[in-house]
Amino acid sequence: MTDVPGVAGRGDARPVPSPTAAIELLEVSRAFGALLALDGVSLTITTGEFFALLGPSGSGKTTCLRLIAGFDHPTQGRVLLDGMDVTGVPPFERNVNTVFQDYALFPHMTVADNVAYGPRVRGAPAEARRRQALEMLDLVRLSSLADRTPAQLSGGQKQRVALARALINRPRVLLLDEPLGALDLRLREEMQTELKSLQQRLGITFVYVTHDQGEALSMADRIAVFRDGRIEQLDTPRALYVRPRTAFVARFVGSANVVAAGIAARLTGTSQAFAIRPEMIEVLGADASLPAGAVGCDGVLEDIQYHGATSRWHVRLPDGSLLTAARVEGSTTGASASPGGRVRLAWSRDSLVWLADG
Amino acid sequence: MTAFRGLSSFLYGRRGFYLALLLLPPLLWLGIVYLGSLLALLLQSFYAIDEFTARIVPTLTLATYYQLLSHPANVDIILRTLAMAVAVTLAAAVVAFPVANYMARYAGPRMKALFYVGVMMPMWTSYLVKVYAWRLVLAKQGVFSWFVDQLGMTPALEQALATPVIGGPSLASSYLGMFVVFVYMWLPFMILPLAAALERVPESLLQASADLGASPRQTFRHVILPLALPGLAAGSVFTFSLTLGDYIIPSVVGAPGYFIGMMVYQQQGTAGNLPLAAAFSVVPILLIGAYLALAKRLGAFDAL
Repeated sequence: MTDVPGVAGRGDARPVPSPTAAIELLEVSRAFGALLALDGVSLTITTGEFFALLGPSGSGKTTCLRLIAGFDHPTQGRVLLDGMDVTGVPPFERNVNTVFQDYALFPHMTVADNVAYGPRVRGAPAEARRRQALEMLDLVRLSSLADRTPAQLSGGQKQRVALARALINRPRVLLLDEPLGALDLRLREEMQTELKSLQQRLGITFVYVTHDQGEALSMADRIAVFRDGRIEQLDTPRALYVRPRTAFVARFVGSANVVAAGIAARLTGTSQAFAIRPEMIEVLGADASLPAGAVGCDGVLEDIQYHGATSRWHVRLPDGSLLTAARVEGSTTGASASPGGRVRLAWSRDSLVWLADG
Repeated sequence: MTAFRGLSSFLYGRRGFYLALLLLPPLLWLGIVYLGSLLALLLQSFYAIDEFTARIVPTLTLATYYQLLSHPANVDIILRTLAMAVAVTLAAAVVAFPVANYMARYAGPRMKALFYVGVMMPMWTSYLVKVYAWRLVLAKQGVFSWFVDQLGMTPALEQALATPVIGGPSLASSYLGMFVVFVYMWLPFMILPLAAALERVPESLLQASADLGASPRQTFRHVILPLALPGLAAGSVFTFSLTLGDYIIPSVVGAPGYFIGMMVYQQQGTAGNLPLAAAFSVVPILLIGAYLALAKRLGAFDAL
């Protein structure tokens, strides 16, 4: 694994504040009674970066976001915004804004009043804040709906209003808490593109919480993968996908097959667990000969899951473990076995990724 | 069994008939017994009583309303009742808000249950017992003045009782004491709808407000209060109308001045002037109508 700047491994010396950092967490922990939601997390997010916090539910990613926003405070450690210690500072005194998972639009205000809320509580005169709100609504292409109430909007429109409302204060950092979770697939993909281009145009640091690895991979500059209150790996999307460091990251980010050390020893001669991504595995006929330099094993095809562009072949090995191979639709190479039949799996030695754990 | 199933499938296909069957008894009750007697009451108020025979003359006239509004004593009664209802409503809202807010937002499940029971428990006791108990509590040598004395605040109490109009020889015989009892009696009716309204305000709205730069005070003013307004309106309709119509509290606790409810009671009973009693009871209906119209104009129901 290459060293990623700004990430301190566990047990390292206390990190020093960095001058270009928008956000820094220094050895931050948050305990809820006996439960440790965040366990000594250190993390530096660079100004202008699109940063994703990725992990399953309960992994600590949302707690991390709440600490940055100021809705919650760490039991240990410090939170720095632009080099300033804000550990005990309430949310209304932080130059950070949030897009909430449920949008949290004020139901008793019009769209324009919702967007103008930030300037309003900062004492901007009515006319100026209305103008400002319309500008922001223009940015998210919703100015025609300025006088509707939130109840009259669709999910995607609410999402845009929440975005405009959060951006109107011109925050240094925008926090997004699973903002696309409630939208359908097509809209979600559309909003991903829109969010990414908005972030690049405005040059604001985005911190994006999600449990959807596809979302994180497609938008983020860097991703911190959370597990049990700790950062399992912090890397660029490509590095996470191609070079997962642990079995957890391999499974969660790459949906990769993880082969335990025992089986790895039999297949490769090295007793260390490795990951192999489904698209790297070739399915051959039961009697086909292995290509030179390839690793291979035999198994029984259990079923084929059809996904449109690709299909996933689940193959049970004699030791009971299951490997998934992906085949591009229309590919003519390999076996034409049907479930229950014997197949041979093969992959190149270069495509397997040795894992640090397991 | 088969007959029953036949009935079930017969009703299942005929939604309208089924609903009509369910609604008919309560609608009959509401329409005839309830609204009918209300209309009869309204009609009575447009009759007048013959001064000599003391009989009701069943011809439509505004004479009774003229009698009601031309006597300064009657107008005094209306204004006194109205002032008390407004004061009680405001005080109940101020006292109820922190309690309701705590119940809705901060209390854990056990504490919340405890508070709900605590708020409703006084309603399990007889109303009359409570009113008479309050008379003793507020009496000159009562528990309340003893307690105030323990706190060393007797001069403050004496000062309050020396205030013209609301004061009196003791709390039990002053409007101030009556006010205290009214607020006590109707407080649950304010707390419960208010807590229900506050419970419907998602936590994320308050976080969003703080996130956008609002101080806790601004969040209260711009988010919590407007969203609690329907609950506040519902609660205040209770406290307002219950105070306007009550005749027991003013006759047991407080100064000797009459209230609307007492006049209704007296006019239909001892005085035997049913039309005037009816006219008096129309006043609270009109006042509440006006109050609701005002609340609607102020946007109290917008968030519903």
